[in-house]
Amino acid sequence: MTAYFIQAFIYLCAAVIAVPLAKRLGLGSVLGYLVAGVIIGPVTGLVGQETATIQHFAEFGVVMMLFVVGMELEPQMLWNMKARLLGLGGAQVAITTALIAWAAITMGQVWSIALAIGLIFALSSTAIVLQTFQEKQLSRTEGGRSAFSILLFQDIAVIPMLALIPLLALPELVNTGAAHSSGHHDELSLVANLSGWTHAVVVIAAIVGVIAGGHYLAHPLFRYVVKSGLREVFTATALMLVIGIAALMSLVGLSPALGAFLAGVVLANSEFRHELESTIEPFKGLLLGLFFITVGAGISFSLLLEHAGTILALTLCVMHLKAAVLYGLALIFRIRGTDRWLLTLSLAQAGEFGFVLLGYSTQNHVLPTELAQILSMVVAISMFLTPGLFILFDRIIVPRFTQKNNQQQKEDDIDQQGPVIISGIGRFGQIVNRMLTANGYQTVILDHNLSQVETVRQFEIKSFFGDSTRPDLLHTAGIESARLLVVTIDDKEKAISLVRHVKKAYPHVQILARAFDRGHNYELKRAGADWIVSETYHSALEMGGEALKSMGLHPFRVEQMKAAMLEKEQRHEAEMYEAWKKIDEDIKFSHQYTRLFIELEKALSEAINYDRYDRHTRSEHGWVPPPKGYARQIEKEFRDDPC
Amino acid sequence: MKNILILFAHPSPHRSEVNLPLFQACEDTPGITCVDLYAEYPTFNIDISREQQRLVNHDVVVFMFPLYWYSTPSLLKEWQDLVLEHDFAYGSKGKALQDKLFFCALTAGGAEKGYQHEGYNHFTIRELLSPMEQMANITRMRYLPPYALFGARTAVEEQRLDQHISGFIQLLDDFKAGEIDHISTADFITLNEFVRSQEADI
Repeated sequence: MTAYFIQAFIYLCAAVIAVPLAKRLGLGSVLGYLVAGVIIGPVTGLVGQETATIQHFAEFGVVMMLFVVGMELEPQMLWNMKARLLGLGGAQVAITTALIAWAAITMGQVWSIALAIGLIFALSSTAIVLQTFQEKQLSRTEGGRSAFSILLFQDIAVIPMLALIPLLALPELVNTGAAHSSGHHDELSLVANLSGWTHAVVVIAAIVGVIAGGHYLAHPLFRYVVKSGLREVFTATALMLVIGIAALMSLVGLSPALGAFLAGVVLANSEFRHELESTIEPFKGLLLGLFFITVGAGISFSLLLEHAGTILALTLCVMHLKAAVLYGLALIFRIRGTDRWLLTLSLAQAGEFGFVLLGYSTQNHVLPTELAQILSMVVAISMFLTPGLFILFDRIIVPRFTQKNNQQQKEDDIDQQGPVIISGIGRFGQIVNRMLTANGYQTVILDHNLSQVETVRQFEIKSFFGDSTRPDLLHTAGIESARLLVVTIDDKEKAISLVRHVKKAYPHVQILARAFDRGHNYELKRAGADWIVSETYHSALEMGGEALKSMGLHPFRVEQMKAAMLEKEQRHEAEMYEAWKKIDEDIKFSHQYTRLFIELEKALSEAINYDRYDRHTRSEHGWVPPPKGYARQIEKEFRDDPC
Repeated sequence: MKNILILFAHPSPHRSEVNLPLFQACEDTPGITCVDLYAEYPTFNIDISREQQRLVNHDVVVFMFPLYWYSTPSLLKEWQDLVLEHDFAYGSKGKALQDKLFFCALTAGGAEKGYQHEGYNHFTIRELLSPMEQMANITRMRYLPPYALFGARTAVEEQRLDQHISGFIQLLDDFKAGEIDHISTADFITLNEFVRSQEADI
């Protein structure tokens, strides 16, 4: 037990020190984790043999990441991507495999080994690339989307690759290896002893099961859990879901990451999406970080020094070749400008699936162990260099293009305006939302009341379950890129703390808030809300106007009265607020709450009386006819001095 | 039998001494459609298709208003801007108003002699209303001179109101019967003069 604590402490400590440092230096968190791994692994030797075991565990971070990625991708969007997915992804995998295999053959490898190497290096690192895209907010660019479709295709392509690799087994390796691995038992599998077509049936049934389960079972399950009101049970359910899918996929021999992705896509439309995302997010982040550390720690300095020249040369060859293929594809698919370079540089590395395939290939006697070790160094080093390529993209390519196409860049920015987040979808929030969506603005709606979310979902208003006062949920809802936050939640105190938090953490977000009464209004104002409306004020004003009309007042005059009333209120708004602040502070000190209201009432009635005597209101001013004798006066003046 | 539509525009009817009693007298006369525009559209949110339908349903269109800076109150201008659309009121397909009779029933603060080339207003009332006249022309309506009350601020004190109102009701009866058109009234600066000349004939 002690040993585990010490190890866990070393890993966490390395991450805590290295990652913020790397981020501050503008190198990105991935490089920070990698360096942390190198330091605790090969440099200081604090951790060692267990990295391989931990790596298997940490790969689960990739599964979670694809689950989260899937949730951000609705089925419709995935369908719209199909051309890019098959065309771009298919071409990248096929061409890269072929070129690398050809290169290996010219270096004197047999064709079967060459093909295996080609397949291994055709894959890129989903973990590094998607994590970096998210961090640098590149996911929504053309280049980011293209890279994503290639990565997705690669994840799918791993499945036939795993089927193909055993067929490439070398007879001489099988013979020598048979003695070694006779005792090695197969992994738990449902499909190991099935014939081809039953295997296919089981696989399809599993996929259909995941989709149908996500569609029909997830909702009642989460509903049941949410009604219990225990947050940790929700977390447990989310983990259970992802782990369960991963287990099922592994059992039928599919990629767990792909299964999780599918489940994510199915749940993309669910009202629990944001809550799920924010629950999974920290696990995903930690496990991915752990994964990157193990990649760094797994670099063997002795092997590296021994074959330094070969490994470095191979790494550079592979990366150049992959980059060249990507650049060519970007040309063919008409991806322009910075996007072309983003695609080229982001996917030039080999990926974590490379490790998996390498291990699998040696197990199946396709690759000799020594070659596999060198190749796994190549994979690790290429992953290690990737953050460097992103820095190159950020520091050199982007500035050059922004100088060149300044105008084009600006147009793109307008196109990608941030969404509006509406917190609280009661009767009030619904009207605000309807106004926004009817005019084509995208909204993200959050409400902590599940039955409310379910009710408005029946009216095709897309809303999500979750407590918007929790910072992580706001984060998954996209508060960083939001332009506007509308606060219409029922809980007075929570509304104030939400406004205060958002104004402090994201000062660029404009906040519109609904207040219950004057005191709440001022408290929201003090918390930093940009615009506040008291919930009953305008409807009361309307009814007051209607009452005047019923008493026989002309409708147009009633409008003037309403305007005058509003104006009066607004004119004294600032001084009332100052008075409130002062009184509020005094009272906090003396605990005499009732005095606050008495003092406020006094201030307000004084203000209104002032108006009454001053008579400077719109209703007194408007459309007053000239005095009775005015025409004669003008006439006289004209006669005296005709003009 | 012609249908008459009165579009009344007064932003402060509670202070009105002439226009409101005149409008109320019209409301009490059967067979005339009376619309208080400021009451129907206090927020200026004019229902365009409803107003167009009203025009289509009538043969005589009257703007009733106090003269504000030699023009209509702002809501009546807004009404023109919104309701008289291309392809409805004008343009090659806009013939909805063809051959309808149009005139203004207005009150002016200044005395009639002020509205002369030599007077302090420098223009006759017909000249000042030329935008309205041209609006009628381009919408293929028949423009008639205005029914006007000058020196309106002192009309009550000078006991001119009753005669103004009864004259107007009589005029509307003649319109209803189809006895007045743009040809018989063409030579007059105001409809009031036309009425006087008719009385003189009798």
